[in-house]
Amino acid sequence: MIDFDNWACPLPLRDYPQIVMGHGGGGKLSNDLVEHLFVPAFHNPMLSSLADGASLAVGGQRLAFSTDSYVVRPLFFPGGSIADLAINGTVNDLAMLGATPLFLSVGMILEEGLPMNTLGSLVDLLAAAARNAHVQVVTGDTKVVDKGHGDQIYINTSGVGLIPTGIDIAPQNARPGDQILISGTIGDHGMAIMSVREGLEFESPIRSDSAPLNGLVTAMLQCSKSIHVLRDPTRGGVASSLNEIAKSAGIGIALDERQFPVRPEVAAACELLGMDPLYVANEGKLLAVVAPEDADAILETMRQHPLGQDAEIIGEVVNEHRGKVTSRTGIGGTRVVAMQIGEQLPRIC
Amino acid sequence: MCLGVPGQIKEVYELDGVRMGKVNFGGIIKEVCLEYVPEAVVGDYTIVHVGFAITRLDEESALATLKMFEELGVLSEELNPEHLE
Amino acid sequence: MKYLTEFRNNDLVQKLLYEIHQITTRPWAMMEVCGGQTHSIIRNGIDQLLPPEIELIHGPGCPVCVTPLETIDKALAIAAQPNVIFCSFGDMLRVPGSDRDLFAVKSQGGDIRIVYSPLDAVKVARDNPDRQVVFFGIGFETTAPANAQALVVAKKQGLKNFSMLVSHVLVPPAIEALMQSPTCRVQAFLAAGHVCSVMGYWQYEPLAEKYHVPIVVTGFEPLDVLNGVYHAVLQLEASRHAVENAYSRAVQREGNLPAQKVMQEVFEVCDRTWRGIGMIPQSGWQLNAAYRDMDAAIRFQVGDIHTQESAICRSGEVLQGLIKPHQCPAFGKECTPSKPLGATMVSSEGACAAYYNYGRFIEHEQVAP
Repeated sequence: MIDFDNWACPLPLRDYPQIVMGHGGGGKLSNDLVEHLFVPAFHNPMLSSLADGASLAVGGQRLAFSTDSYVVRPLFFPGGSIADLAINGTVNDLAMLGATPLFLSVGMILEEGLPMNTLGSLVDLLAAAARNAHVQVVTGDTKVVDKGHGDQIYINTSGVGLIPTGIDIAPQNARPGDQILISGTIGDHGMAIMSVREGLEFESPIRSDSAPLNGLVTAMLQCSKSIHVLRDPTRGGVASSLNEIAKSAGIGIALDERQFPVRPEVAAACELLGMDPLYVANEGKLLAVVAPEDADAILETMRQHPLGQDAEIIGEVVNEHRGKVTSRTGIGGTRVVAMQIGEQLPRIC
Repeated sequence: MCLGVPGQIKEVYELDGVRMGKVNFGGIIKEVCLEYVPEAVVGDYTIVHVGFAITRLDEESALATLKMFEELGVLSEELNPEHLE
Repeated sequence: MKYLTEFRNNDLVQKLLYEIHQITTRPWAMMEVCGGQTHSIIRNGIDQLLPPEIELIHGPGCPVCVTPLETIDKALAIAAQPNVIFCSFGDMLRVPGSDRDLFAVKSQGGDIRIVYSPLDAVKVARDNPDRQVVFFGIGFETTAPANAQALVVAKKQGLKNFSMLVSHVLVPPAIEALMQSPTCRVQAFLAAGHVCSVMGYWQYEPLAEKYHVPIVVTGFEPLDVLNGVYHAVLQLEASRHAVENAYSRAVQREGNLPAQKVMQEVFEVCDRTWRGIGMIPQSGWQLNAAYRDMDAAIRFQVGDIHTQESAICRSGEVLQGLIKPHQCPAFGKECTPSKPLGATMVSSEGACAAYYNYGRFIEHEQVAP
């Protein structure tokens, strides 16, 4: 029980008496919220695994359950919209448990004054994305807030799916020797958003990679039962996801920068803004930690799938530097790939 | 300190009395102030810092520098070929 | 020629490394002045590939790092005022002032916007005529021409609602201050390439002569950094002390004259406090009389804010190359990138943050490479 009379926020970051943007950025500030506030408050074994969703035993079946809220500006961006993110994001969270996503809820918070045809377009896109991902939207909710109290529209989706028997995918399962695979180019979504962000606009062919990954996961699971961890590296990018895995499993991760698939224009945009593609968000990519003997077969399977054509093996799980991620650099040095603190910001220096 | 990125000038124009242009950074096009590189023309490369071109890149010097590295290497290989794997 | 991948060529990197190993016969300590070079060194693991005799001391070269606490506090006070739109480069948002940072001001309702270029802030002023728009004008000589141009354009356009909080710093006086310190261990400098693109390198010639120290103008790509190290070692081994240009594609001796002209129109030299180092005479630029009406510190009456720096933080010694970041007792304990005490931990380019994020943390834990 929390004693609210003498309650002090358990967050170590007392420098921030208010929520700042970084608390939603997927980096260390977000993690601190989860670790020091949410997990202690709701304490239970399903939550404590800190996967993308919960895995629940219900009536002899294993159910996957996940929820996510979507706030993005602008609503429509190159390669997608908030509607695509809302469906694909929750579908992917379920797929990362090895589940077959089945049913979704959609909750919308609308700001007074939102044009009706904007809402109409978004609902059409939600429906199309659900069809494309082979899931059904079976329940929903709508609320309206005063003008100025919301950013046009916020969408929450929750989803359930079934985890086939014999599948055990969780961050804790990574073990030394495992190979780390990425399903394609990194940083596309984050840089597509950056290209249309007010004050930073640039012209580029970069498009968001928003896509449902359940089909790819199904193909991978048919290929091998030795997939230990799956993760979709969204906010905070590949670096944050791998740091979380290293921490949960108590293992080290050694990457090889020369193997990272990065589109040249994403690399260029990162150079321009002083960002690192490893920390940029993806919305249609997955990381897989797999047993070494099956790595090549899984890689081949991924490459045959339309969403895995650019898949690569980017590193391996090691016994050294537990809880930390390192990368071999392009010229043969080594660097630490640290957990990001807050939002990644454009820098001048 | 100062993030400077090389890019190629694609277009030069005047905007509110300031010399501006479009610069291509490996497929990314950004508007850049060209006020400080009055000699630069379309096709030239420049280093851009906080939206300003601060210098025109000199191809001859760049090639000479790279050639110097190449020659260092050739010399080393001749002297001690097994070192370079 | 794309001027990027060519200077990351791994074959040439290995050749140059081999040459450096060949010519190095004894220990040498050199300082890379610029935070961008520190970033490149750690990001690429260059320091691990150099001969063990060569020690790279990370210099004071990050304008975010050296902006004094007092100036950050002034920025926070201005940004918190109603009717102000406070524009800044992204790096400055996380720099801690006495009790908070710009992110915290934003969370309390301050209108704080990240811009890519100072001209973007001028545009914000034009688009919001009924609001006061303030730009946080920090930086070294590289950034000064951009900030100067923003002021010139705003004045030309008659924008009464645009002002700038200026905290510019200059590199040569800082190098001189370092050399005058009796504990200084620096035997050679890798000068900051892009500062020299703007200012040239003639100013360094008297310094090299007076202090018998080699100064090599150095770029940022792996080959550029190694080229700078190579030329510095060549000089040190031969007991020479000249200014050399190892970044000739982007730097000329006289620098960028049109940029210097505009900076002269706007700025004048002043004494400047550097965070963690203290006051260095004649090491800053402030707005001159013609532009003083656009000085945000005057317009918003924050001139009487005076702040002391943190007592346990040893960032000053880190910046001076006297201790390595991990030798500060607060490093990785009271002071981390998520709760930085000194500005060297704030910027990803700051020597302490670079160590924490990219480098030496692992070595301490005695882990096999």
